[in-house]
Amino acid sequence: MTRSLRWLGAAALVGLPFVYTAPYPMHILIIILIWSFAYTSWSIMGRFGLVSLGHGGFMGIGAYVTALAWNYGHVSPWIGAPLGLLAGGLLAVVVAYPCFRFRIIGHYFALVTLALSGIVLQVITATRDYTGGSLGYTPERYKNGSSLYAVQFTGKTTWYLIALGVWAFGLYIWHRVDRGMLRYALEAISEDEDGAAATGVHVTREKLKVTVLSAAMTALAGALYCQYQMFISPDTVSGIAVSLQMVFAVVVGGIYVPLGPTVGAVITIMLAEVLRVSFGTRAVGWDNLVYGILLVIFIIFLPKGILGSLLALRRARRGAAAGE
Amino acid sequence: MLKIEGLTKRFGGFTAVNAVSFEVHKGEILGLIGPNGSGKSTIFNMVSGTLAPTGGSIRFAGREIAGQPPHRIINLGIGRTFQIPRPFRRLSLVENVVLAGYYGQGRRSRLKAFEAAERALGLVGLPTDRAASVEGLGAAALKKLELAKALATEPKLLLADESLSGLDEHEMDQAADLLRRICRDLDITIVWVEHIMGHLMRVVDRIIVLDHGEKIAEGQPAAVANDPRVIEVYLGTQAAAMRAVAGTGRA
Ligand SMILES: Nc1ncnc2c1ncn2[C@@H]1O[C@H](COP(=O)(O)OP(=O)(O)OP(=O)(O)O)[C@@H](O)[C@H]1O
Ligand SMILES: [Mg+2]
Repeated sequence: MTRSLRWLGAAALVGLPFVYTAPYPMHILIIILIWSFAYTSWSIMGRFGLVSLGHGGFMGIGAYVTALAWNYGHVSPWIGAPLGLLAGGLLAVVVAYPCFRFRIIGHYFALVTLALSGIVLQVITATRDYTGGSLGYTPERYKNGSSLYAVQFTGKTTWYLIALGVWAFGLYIWHRVDRGMLRYALEAISEDEDGAAATGVHVTREKLKVTVLSAAMTALAGALYCQYQMFISPDTVSGIAVSLQMVFAVVVGGIYVPLGPTVGAVITIMLAEVLRVSFGTRAVGWDNLVYGILLVIFIIFLPKGILGSLLALRRARRGAAAGE
Repeated sequence: MLKIEGLTKRFGGFTAVNAVSFEVHKGEILGLIGPNGSGKSTIFNMVSGTLAPTGGSIRFAGREIAGQPPHRIINLGIGRTFQIPRPFRRLSLVENVVLAGYYGQGRRSRLKAFEAAERALGLVGLPTDRAASVEGLGAAALKKLELAKALATEPKLLLADESLSGLDEHEMDQAADLLRRICRDLDITIVWVEHIMGHLMRVVDRIIVLDHGEKIAEGQPAAVANDPRVIEVYLGTQAAAMRAVAGTGRA
């Protein structure tokens, strides 16, 4: 993408809510931005072969810590959300450190993290007296209106701009990791851990760095989701289904390109909406079925995802044109 | 500089390296030779931390390093090349070397890592442009890349594992000269494991001969080449070549 095109796109995204304010499309856009950020957070580590099926757990932690701190401790989300990030990061260390230390990689790492999703879900359900269990949980309204202190806003425009900012922040982090030495180390590690260690890379530490980063970002996505929706439940922000949904969306969009997870979010959320609108309650759960089938098809036929494949195609065309 | 005592490695019931002791002196090129499977690479793997020794001690600059992790050892100043090159194919050629220059030197500075990489690539004679890829590099170039990665960490001691196998005559001569230049100009002490005796004899100061995991000879190239045990191990043929070259001495 050329530079000017990128600025034009950014200007259009920022300007949009000032010319167009229909609530339903706005809502869909906000949801897409929040999930795009979550998926981007996942792929920060996923692109290096660190496939986590535990990110639903991190997202749930971010959401629930923020909400519980607000309701029980009267702690503003400005502090509650960072607490959620901290908790997510700590949990990542507790789970990932032993995995990395003892070289649990690939499928085995995915399985350990899958257990993490399950455990977080169990904890939320088991402590239903405080968290509302599977019925869900609602942060208390603050003075029935918009408040910066409570991070509660009634206007969709405000939420859109917040979500847009956080999403852009996610892309910025992606870019920073991509340009930094951390990428060199993680690419090398994903290919040959012993070889990487022999060039001086502290394999466990570098893997842990990116995992904590990814987990904390995902917890932030959870906190954001909680504040926007003002309702969270294990099914929507935590648990195994959410973890799988992240992997699916990223695989569809493209795991190795910065905007891949965003494209994945657009496609999966639009798909779910179309199914919901056209089939109503009859289609509950259909999206998961369609995801499952598409996931298999993508992994086999389009492993780079939609955006990744398109970009690769364009590059190949350009290469051919330049070669002539 | 490096002092190895009673170094032993067992894989299950099999003893690959058996109570080997030797010293490496600062500024020298030490040749480590021996037939296939005699334990040369295993010694390198233990010194560089890739394998933990079963027993014995490895002291580097007065410090015990046996059993330490590889990333720490390389940052103490021991670089190594792998017998079978291990390029990272997801990184470009330059990035491969920058990685070593950064993480192999205590993650000090990105700029220094790029400079070290450029120097190392230039020294071994590989392209330094950012677009160069690892794909399509031949055996000779991959060995050069191994060497460049080790050099980019700016080691005090370089463990070079069979850098010449798979190269043609001319490439071997070049590589042997390169190692000598590295030792003389960059003041890097070298332990060189090699199959092709002729070229090794020309360059090294001393030689250690291994057989079945045990040290059977040590000394000046000429003396070692005439050692009856060494001749026996090499069944005459290679040893004759060694004597011929050793006779001309080191330039
Ligand atoms: N990881 C391992 N597990 C089991 N056995 C091993 C391992 N590494 C090496 N060996 C065995 O130890 C012995 C010594 O191997 P090593 O690679 O050190 O020999 P070498 O002297 O480098 O031989 P070459 O000249 O063929 O490179 C061999 O018999 C080898 O099969
Ligand atoms: Mg070997």
